[in-house]
Formats: sequence, C-alpha cells, structure tokens
Amino acid sequence: MHEMSLCQGILDIIEERAAADRFSRVTKVRLSIGALSHVDPQAITFGFDVVTRDTVADGAVLEIDQPPGQAFCMACSSTVTIPARGQPCPTCGSHQLMVVGGDELRVDELEVS
Amino acid sequence: MCTVCGCGPGEIRIEGHAHEHEHEHVGPDGTVTRHTHHHHGHSHDHEIQPSRLIRVEQDILAKNDRFAAVNRQLFAASNTLTLNLMSSPGSGKTSLLVRTLTDLRETRPMAVIEGDQQTSFDAERIRATGVPALQVNTGKGCHLDAQMVTQALGVQPAPRDGVLFIENVGNLVCPAGFDLGESKRVVVISVTEGEDKPLKYPDMFATADLMIVNKIDLLPHLSFDLPRLIEGARQVKPGLEVIELSSTTGAGLDRWYDWLSAHQQHLSSPE
Repeated sequence: MHEMSLCQGILDIIEERAAADRFSRVTKVRLSIGALSHVDPQAITFGFDVVTRDTVADGAVLEIDQPPGQAFCMACSSTVTIPARGQPCPTCGSHQLMVVGGDELRVDELEVS
Repeated sequence: MCTVCGCGPGEIRIEGHAHEHEHEHVGPDGTVTRHTHHHHGHSHDHEIQPSRLIRVEQDILAKNDRFAAVNRQLFAASNTLTLNLMSSPGSGKTSLLVRTLTDLRETRPMAVIEGDQQTSFDAERIRATGVPALQVNTGKGCHLDAQMVTQALGVQPAPRDGVLFIENVGNLVCPAGFDLGESKRVVVISVTEGEDKPLKYPDMFATADLMIVNKIDLLPHLSFDLPRLIEGARQVKPGLEVIELSSTTGAGLDRWYDWLSAHQQHLSSPE
C-alpha cells in the first residue's frame, strides 16, 4: 500500500503551498494519475481521507484525472494508446514500445479559501 | 478539543450536519466532568471567503526524487555502483547476496543496506560474511524510499570505488515507484514462482535494468516455463537483460560477476 506514502507526499505539497500562498482551507484537490503509473486511484482516495484528517485539506474533494497510456511503437513508428504496460501496439501487435505518456503522478490544482 | 475523550476535530463528521451533544467523563480520581460539544461542519469564522484556484503542477514524488538526487551525487562522489535489488519475498535475494559477497569480498569494497519491515536477521546474515551491512526497518512501510537511504548513508557511507547493494523490502509492487538514487535496478525472480509474474506485476519489470532468474538448479523438478518468463519480461521492458543462475550450485554466477564488473568499469569511464 505505497499509496499511503504518496498521499503523505500530496499533503506535503499542499502544506508547502498553504504556507507560501497563505490559505487556510483547501476545498478541492485535482490530481493526474496516469493509467501507466504504479498507482491505484481508489487507494489514493482512501489514503487521502486518512492523511488529511485535521489538516488544511480536511474534507477536501479529490478529483482525479486519469490520462491514458501513450507509447511510441518502434515497429510502426507512431504514438499509440495502450491500456497497460506489457500490452502490444494496437496497430501492429509489436511489443517494442516506449512509454511516452500516461505515467504521471501530479498535483495539478488546488481550490482554496 | 476535549482532552479527555479527544472529541472534536477529527471525529467522523457528516458534511453540513451540525449538532451538539453533552456527555460526561469520570476521571481516575472519581471527579465527574460534564461538558457540551458543539460540532459544526466549518470554522466559526462566518465571513464568506472567496475561493480561488492555485496551479500547482507538482510531481507527487518530487520530495523522494530530491533525496534520490542527493544519494546519486553521493554515489558519484565516491564512485560507487549502487544496485537496488527488488523481488517478492523468498526469491533468494539475501542468499544471492551472501554468496556474491563471499566470492567477491577480496576483489572490491562492498556494503549492503537491508530493508525489511522488522528484525535485523538479514543484516546479521550479511555481516557474517565480513561485509558491512546496515538494517533499515520500515515498520509498517512496504518499500524503502530515498530519504531512508540518505539517512542510512549518514551511518554507513557508500564504499569508495566499490559496490553498494540495497536489498529492498520483499515486495513486487510498492518499491517499483521509488527512485533511491541507484545506478541500476535489479529484479530477482526465482523459478519456484509463477512465470507470468512480469505480466502480473509489470511496473516492477518495466523499471528494471536486469532480471536475475534464481534457483535454476531446481528447474528439473518443476514445470516452470523459462522462455515464457523471459518473453513476458521483455514484453514489459523491451531488451531487458537476463541472467539465469543458482546461488546454491554457483551456476551462472560468473555472468553476474561479469555484469557487476562491467557496470563498475562503466562508472569510472562512461562513454
């Protein structure tokens, strides 16, 4: 359950921002968790509620954007969408793929007051 | 917050539902404290504050990566080849390390950082070879992170011109996402496990630089499909290097030792 320590990382980012941008309450947190990242969004949602209790982000709504997996296929020289690592190129069936997107783990935006 | 019961912020609350309740506590000396709690879904400052949006665009692993960068600098400064060894529990990582350290201890400086949730059994096994080892207990944690390694390096510095082995917590899932600042990532899998593991746990194999297939001396007794394992691993990580060995019989160890020497040499004189 490494999502728990990632949630702690999210909270660290929020608290750093709270000090810098002088806000005391976060109402919404928008994340990007790519389809090829090593993270389960459901586990993040669970962990987020636990680690933010009694913090500036207590009760904040979590919105998770899940960008699709993008890979460059060396066999057909094109960028394709793949649902998971280890899946073949949907165009030519090759496994010679290099992941080029959809592996992000990012805090995008905070709605604060 | 009520200091007796902890009642107050942090209780389960239903949004928008304000309520009051009264209750009493009996202290250890028999005194009775009766008080009222007033719960409210929001702060008592009733001024309406306009909400605003703040763009953050920050990587969640940024803090880990900062520590990983520090570790990488330390390894570069001491010219240390650092390997992050990852696997399921029971793949034979510690036995492989004990064998490697025993065979190579006269040839180069080496040290080990051992990650486990509890106990220092593994570090004790390593120290019995005469090679320094430091145990990091992660408690409830399921992986080592870069900060733990930075702290460990404060106690046991990286061996100059040598090899540092970091034996991660036995777990084929969680350690995959955490850069420790290592030079190379090595995943160990044994032939007593399922050959479809690379496809079931792709994140670990996708980030590996080398896959060691351990316990090959047991192959005659098993129906393990070795080609299928390698094919699956290379579907996830095209071109992944593979070394098959047995730390019990010693078969294949020469290839592993050659791999270590080649990567150490590469550190000293990168192309």
